[in-house]
Amino acid sequence: MKPVNQKAWFLILPVVICVAFSAILPLMTVVNYSVQDIISPERRVFVGTEWFKAVMRDEDLHAALWRQMVYSCSVLLIEIPLGIALALSMPAQGRRASLVLVLVAISLLIPWNVVGTIWQIYGRTDIGLLGAGLAWLGVDYSYTGSARDAWVTVLVMDIWHWTPLVALLCYAGLRSIPDAYYQAARIDGASRLAVFRYIQLPKLRGVLMIAVLLRFMDSFMIYTEPFVLTGGGPGNATTFLSQYLTQKAVGQFDLGPAAAFSLIYFLIILLLCFVLYNWMQRVGTSEKEASHG
Amino acid sequence: MAKPRLRVLFLLAYLLFAILPIYWMVNMSFRTNEEILSTFALWPQQFTWDNYKVIFTDPAWYSGYINSMIYVAMNTVLSIAVALPAAYAFSRYRFLGDKHVFFWLLTNRMTPPAVFLLPFFQLYTTLGLMDTHLAVALAHLVFNVPLAVWILEGFMSGIPREIDETAYIDGYSFPRFFLTIFMPLIKSGVGVAAFFCFMFSWVELLMARTLTSVDAKPIVATMTRTVSAAGMDWAVLAAAGTLTIVPGAIVIWFVRNYIAKGFAMGRV
Repeated sequence: MKPVNQKAWFLILPVVICVAFSAILPLMTVVNYSVQDIISPERRVFVGTEWFKAVMRDEDLHAALWRQMVYSCSVLLIEIPLGIALALSMPAQGRRASLVLVLVAISLLIPWNVVGTIWQIYGRTDIGLLGAGLAWLGVDYSYTGSARDAWVTVLVMDIWHWTPLVALLCYAGLRSIPDAYYQAARIDGASRLAVFRYIQLPKLRGVLMIAVLLRFMDSFMIYTEPFVLTGGGPGNATTFLSQYLTQKAVGQFDLGPAAAFSLIYFLIILLLCFVLYNWMQRVGTSEKEASHG
Repeated sequence: MAKPRLRVLFLLAYLLFAILPIYWMVNMSFRTNEEILSTFALWPQQFTWDNYKVIFTDPAWYSGYINSMIYVAMNTVLSIAVALPAAYAFSRYRFLGDKHVFFWLLTNRMTPPAVFLLPFFQLYTTLGLMDTHLAVALAHLVFNVPLAVWILEGFMSGIPREIDETAYIDGYSFPRFFLTIFMPLIKSGVGVAAFFCFMFSWVELLMARTLTSVDAKPIVATMTRTVSAAGMDWAVLAAAGTLTIVPGAIVIWFVRNYIAKGFAMGRV
């Protein structure tokens, strides 16, 4: 058990000040907007919860929310196992490890608008490698024409872009498992699967929690890449929540409803992350207790 | 592993999947726009350096890289500096509201950046920080500090508390213990956290674009220049994209040992 020490507050004070400065003030502004009808900077009318009611009834929003949920779940279900597998298969040391590490991480470093633009060309059947390759294989593929192809392309782009994040976190987690654990397992004659299940996976709990939550919240807020690649189309097939929000805020200059939407959006992410966070914590602690008992 | 060959095969397959889009970008950066849009070619047919020349001769382009590097460096140093003591506190002690503060920090990463744009614009205008590197560096703290605290806390919790106690008994002061004993143990965590701060700050577009206009304009915002009435300048964009990878690749190269070695290889 950790000791109780209230002086620890001094250690976290710098962080709290930094984040409060840039988070609380803006958030208050948004709350302020969400309950007013802003006709012009000088003319504002208090409208109470009207915007919230309007947003909650919005059919398009429900559709976007559903699309978003399906998308984020797909992202997690593919990227997390793939990232773990990748981390396990990366060499542990030596020059080859450095090279692989750099190659894996490169896709993370490309600005998001460039990612979308590159895939726009990459997926074209006439001049792009992916599109041309698929066409050569005889697949009828068009990310601009077919809703399914567009959705899959955005997903594959996300996997390409973000799996390295999961892999790097897991890789660092794996490297910090002391050798003694593996030696003990070798003496016990544990199988590769048992080593993974009882040594590596529990030790990865911390980094996996970071990976799952990060990927969940970031995919829930995805904006730039699908916007650049498909513009939300065809139809509404790849219009996710934040793009819908931006359409409202920028396209229609409706600050009030946009602010109300922002708050609801934020609360949805908060709620889902809270559930995920607590669930993963509980899984982790029951595991720990089981291994002690 | 029983099947090392399968493992290598999987790794190679993934690397191929990871490299191909990047290869396509590099390929595009050495071609002309007409060639990109008219022909499918696995390598440049008329090899040209012109796209890179555009970037290196136009101050509007290359200053974008310098601006980005300045605020990203400021942000990374600040984030890690404030996150280290906080992560230590979270990993070692219980105190009033610790769990709530920790989760509250995380919630700041969950706010869609679009929500912050207008308030940030007003806040930094009031403070007279608009169009400075500091403004962007501070704004990016919102998502980088929670992440850094979170990653570092995970790594610190993996270090047994007995090490701290032994150091106190041996008469180490807290700063000396932290710098000479504790820091080397969490090197890999610091490496990973620094890399992630660098990365997220480097690629962020919305805030960086909103808070700057001329003097601190970052490269990600400069790139939007390639979209004009005359159409997209694909070739220059590809060249600029290729160049954005370079600083990051250098950073990974430097932190790779911290990530790869962990503390398993070292002292413990």
